[in-house]
Amino acid sequence: MSGVRVLIGTRKGAFVATADGKRQDWTIDGPFFGGWEMYHLKGSPADPNRIYASQSTGWHGQVVQRSDDGGKSWTAVGNDFQYATVPGTHQWYDGTPHPWEFARVWHFEPSLTDPDTVYAGVEDAALFRSVDGGQSWQEIPGLREHGSGPNWQPGAGGMCLHTIILDPSNSERMFIAISAAGAFRTDDGGKTWTPINKGLKSGEIPQEESEVGHCVHHVTMHPSRPGTLFMQKHWDVMRSDDAGDNWYDIGDKLPTDFGFVIDVHAHEPETLYIVPIKSDLEHYPLDGKLQVFRSRTGGNEWEPLTKGLPQSHCYVNVLRDAMSIDSLDESGVYFGTTGGQVYCSPDSGDTWAPIARDLPAVLSVEVQTLS
Amino acid sequence: MVLPGHLKRLAHVEHEVEVKVEAATLASVLDAIEAAYPVLRGTIRDQQTGKRRNFIRFFACNEDLSHEPVDAALPERVQTGDEPLLVVGAMAGG
Repeated sequence: MSGVRVLIGTRKGAFVATADGKRQDWTIDGPFFGGWEMYHLKGSPADPNRIYASQSTGWHGQVVQRSDDGGKSWTAVGNDFQYATVPGTHQWYDGTPHPWEFARVWHFEPSLTDPDTVYAGVEDAALFRSVDGGQSWQEIPGLREHGSGPNWQPGAGGMCLHTIILDPSNSERMFIAISAAGAFRTDDGGKTWTPINKGLKSGEIPQEESEVGHCVHHVTMHPSRPGTLFMQKHWDVMRSDDAGDNWYDIGDKLPTDFGFVIDVHAHEPETLYIVPIKSDLEHYPLDGKLQVFRSRTGGNEWEPLTKGLPQSHCYVNVLRDAMSIDSLDESGVYFGTTGGQVYCSPDSGDTWAPIARDLPAVLSVEVQTLS
Repeated sequence: MVLPGHLKRLAHVEHEVEVKVEAATLASVLDAIEAAYPVLRGTIRDQQTGKRRNFIRFFACNEDLSHEPVDAALPERVQTGDEPLLVVGAMAGG
């Protein structure tokens, strides 16, 4: 029987929610790793029982957990993330040079084909890979050594590599995004990288159309159209139809185009979801109403989705890795909030209901579709 | 040695942890602890530099040993096992 498993990372532990294909009655297990910040958990597409989890605190640093049984039990694996070469400096908040220092793993992206191969996006920004199930980690240094590193700077959450997209049609091609450096692409398996930020305009940097320095919040892609990318930037919702070479704005009709999450429907590559946030100063929804906006036309038109979501006095945020979409026949959409709510829509966004209401602040949500 | 709560859970220990070392110094005790509990590598001191993590303190016999040389002998009562070496998470946050 088909069903879903939702992996929820929070500021104070991880939770695993499961349901059958109706997605109405939920079982929630956890907290796992109570008290630790769980920035991200993600399962392997090649083996859904294999899950990687990023566990950290300011006191004790980074721990990596792995489950081989779908999140029932966990084993700590390797946590030694050494930059492959002398890390150098990036810009600090005030523009002065600041040494590169490892802080934590923001995002795991398991290989599409091998459960033992997984990529890690870390703060300070770099890309690591493990080919032994997380026991050991090697940096892919070509990204950090692109040459523009001294101009990268931290966003409010730190200088994090938060998005990793593997191209299912080309194993040599990968996209990543860094806040605040921008998006980058490799076409040779990670040896060399190209900034792909043409068309982005950011008022927060001295040259608003600069090659790097943009505060990209999240990027998504539908696997059937690997040349089409959708981006939620600090401000602006953007689209590229040439694998990131050029971007154009698709957010003008939104009530606000600031936000963090962006995701694409599992079966409709022109259907997008975002959660507009009022502004970079406030970090909560417009008018106290929690609204998901859906476009079924690749960004041309947008509609608010509100049924089942709080429409008054709601001042939570939805962070960049806290939305996910399942691939059941009627696709389900999930997101978590900094107020500890996790919502599910089993009907592509038309109606919503909470899976949980009172968890710690949600950092990440990843759904696995189980057959 | 007494570990802070987060690390007790991580290492799956409930009470004090005992290690036997030839010459008990901070460095040799931490080496022994990390050998016995590899999951603790990197959680008390940096794996690359060996430097104490910023929010970790070392106390023993009512003294703060956090800033002592890591190869200095630990107090005698710690060496004999009569007093524990405390690894403490610094007070931070509320």
